[in-house]
Amino acid sequence: MSKVIKLKKGLDIKLVGAAEKTVVEMPVSGLYASCPTNYEGCVPKILVKVGDVVKAGSPLYFDKTRPEVMFCSPVSGVVSAVNRGEKRKVLSVVVEADGKQESESFATDLATLSREELVKTLLDSGLWSLFLQRPYGVIPSPQVAPRAIFCSAFDSAPLAADMAFVLEGEKENLQKGVEVLSKLTDGKVYMGLKAGQKSVCEELQGVEKFYFDGPHPAGNVGVQIHHIAPIAAGEVVWTVNVQDLAIIGRLFRTGALDMTRTIAVTGSQFEKPQYVKSVAGASINKVVAAAGGLKAQKEGDSVRLIDGNVLTGTKTTNDDYCSIKCNQLTAIPEGDKYEFLGWAMPRFKKFSASHSYFSWLCPKKQYDLDTNLNGGVRAYVVTGLYEKLLPMDIYPMYLLKAILAQDFDKMIGLGIYEVVEEDLALCEFADPSKTEIQTILRDGINLMIKEM
Amino acid sequence: MKALRKYVDKIKPHFSKGGKFAALESTFEGFETFLFVPNTVTKKGSHIRDCVDLKRVMIVVVLALLPAAIFGMYNVGLQHFTAFGEMAAAASIWKCFWFGFWKVLPIIVVSYVVGLGIEFTMAQIRGEEINEGFLVSGMLIPLVMPVDIPLWIVALGTAFAVIIGKEVFGGTGMNVFNPAILARAFVFFSYTSHISGDQVWVEGLAKGGALDSFTGATPLTQLADGIAPHTTAMDWFIGTIPGSIGETSFVAIMIGAAILLFTGVASWRTMLSVFAGGYLMGLVFNLIGANDYMLLPAHHHLLLGGFAFGAVFMATDPVTSAQTNCGKIIYGLMIGALAVLIRVVNPGYPEGMMLAILFMNGVAPLIDHYVVGANIRRRNKRVKLVK
Repeated sequence: MSKVIKLKKGLDIKLVGAAEKTVVEMPVSGLYASCPTNYEGCVPKILVKVGDVVKAGSPLYFDKTRPEVMFCSPVSGVVSAVNRGEKRKVLSVVVEADGKQESESFATDLATLSREELVKTLLDSGLWSLFLQRPYGVIPSPQVAPRAIFCSAFDSAPLAADMAFVLEGEKENLQKGVEVLSKLTDGKVYMGLKAGQKSVCEELQGVEKFYFDGPHPAGNVGVQIHHIAPIAAGEVVWTVNVQDLAIIGRLFRTGALDMTRTIAVTGSQFEKPQYVKSVAGASINKVVAAAGGLKAQKEGDSVRLIDGNVLTGTKTTNDDYCSIKCNQLTAIPEGDKYEFLGWAMPRFKKFSASHSYFSWLCPKKQYDLDTNLNGGVRAYVVTGLYEKLLPMDIYPMYLLKAILAQDFDKMIGLGIYEVVEEDLALCEFADPSKTEIQTILRDGINLMIKEM
Repeated sequence: MKALRKYVDKIKPHFSKGGKFAALESTFEGFETFLFVPNTVTKKGSHIRDCVDLKRVMIVVVLALLPAAIFGMYNVGLQHFTAFGEMAAAASIWKCFWFGFWKVLPIIVVSYVVGLGIEFTMAQIRGEEINEGFLVSGMLIPLVMPVDIPLWIVALGTAFAVIIGKEVFGGTGMNVFNPAILARAFVFFSYTSHISGDQVWVEGLAKGGALDSFTGATPLTQLADGIAPHTTAMDWFIGTIPGSIGETSFVAIMIGAAILLFTGVASWRTMLSVFAGGYLMGLVFNLIGANDYMLLPAHHHLLLGGFAFGAVFMATDPVTSAQTNCGKIIYGLMIGALAVLIRVVNPGYPEGMMLAILFMNGVAPLIDHYVVGANIRRRNKRVKLVK
């Protein structure tokens, strides 16, 4: 435990419905999908037709803006649908699994591969899309080598999967993954671990380890980068989720693409919150059923299903598919109810970062929060609150105002290169003015990509 | 509550676009959201949201103002009965309070009716929801007025503050100057005789008939005139002195301060640094000691006039104060120091708090500019280090 970085700022939101440490294994059958909408800025060009036979790792579509980056089938089987939405936008490419899990073959002998060949394997197998680049939080360009690669070995978001539990038995895969990363960058591979928690990641060789202690967002890789080696203008670093790292390592260890991952099924509306082991891209319906299903709802009540955690996840439905990178599925009650004089009430059952309610006096209590906005959208009034929730040397409100004013110099100066949506999610949660902070930030980032 | 909800749902179409009362859409919406937190759910971004909203924030401030307001009402009665020699005969605590209550209530009503009227109209014109900001301003304005202020002046001051101070900038959250301070400044410069001197602070004094031995001068006026105040520091602490309705009692204001700090609604940095700034400036004058006023113990400055009220309720307004933590400290220190400086050195104005806050409201963005600039420089420096 050499390098412990203590973070004071941030907030742990304690919710009802943490996953019990039991794993349900889901057999490979039924429908799996890859959804272009899960990748920021991806303009898909579809490569398959309904009825085509594919293997795990066969390309389904590529990104027109970056034709090298393939998005591949997680399973072997037959393409059963290409779902489109408004303006024929591709929503998902669905494959019906045959259960055999045959894989395309890739060049995976790390000892003999050059960096270029390694990059090609990652691009062809679709695993390239598991990397994210900072600045901007988009899939990295294959032409630029990163200054360093960062991986957070834990997730601190509300009800997040316990990565130490999820990664049990993945040590060899992770080690191989780290070797892949070392080959991709001339710089270092960094890993952020949770202080005081045992994890297989502690035993990995070839990574620079930093321990983090503190509330959410201590597990966000962006926060960790800021404290380990912050991004300066003109630099590019990559990040990769730790479960994705194991998947990458698995390909290079076994030679076959195996997109199996463990999803934490969490939230107050699940009958039995627990872990489900499944191939990526499974249908939500099946994962929910495997975990034990949703609680029965009273008339007039409904449930919101979220792919991811309650702060940054994507709204989804039973008929949709898990995203390829999904580590967590959450179900919370919809809050589409009126509340009589709610703003004047003590609201003992609701949680607030503000001390004008009483939740801060009982820090251990778990809450069953719904999706109500709890107020109307206003101009920014309260100050000093946002800074308390972001453990970075950044003024969130000034950054957001610079984005709204489209002032590029200020955006860069105030740190837009260092943050993505998840880092400001807590600010959005706590904002009394109910502004869409994550959306504003993404619009700002997209503007930067367009203009720079 | 279901019956009420049903009724609201029933009449709602009349207030929507195309309905009979579409011109009152914002007003209806304002009252509806006041009664019921809307059933809006999150669409993008964070799926759960903090249960705090601006209504809650504002109502906490109004709550914190109540001790000062209630004591102010009592003090109006107390001063009146003392001035007219009826104290012994007539006045229980309740009688003093009721007397003051009926004198102050009209001022509060006028302030809210005029201010909210303008807010509702502007919201309708802009097609926006009604902002809650005036809930606080509407309470602050009466508390910084003398009790004998004519109601039409209150109305005019409020209208000026809301229109010129706030709405022209785009409403709550966009204003440069604190509306309540602006209302007082407007009245101060336009109708000086109604808000200064010895006569206006005690109800009925201007009409005559008071005891000859009674003076309605505030301690600050007396100090500025070089007269030893007839009240003691203990009176200033408790608040049984002539002055603006809500500003006299240090104790009542501190109860409000405790509420604001406990709930975290006001910044302790701003509040504390205003007091520190005033105290330090008082000490500096003690050291110079050129006249009697300069020798006034530094902590007495904090008890006198509108200092505490301004520090607790006005300097801490998040919109018009500095917005960075470091900026808040500089902003607060300067308000405190300037207020005492104006009091002691400037012969024209016995009280400096109003002008100090108003001035610093204008300077706050500049302070923030430099604080934020330092953050940008830190980041730019890093670029060179890494390269």
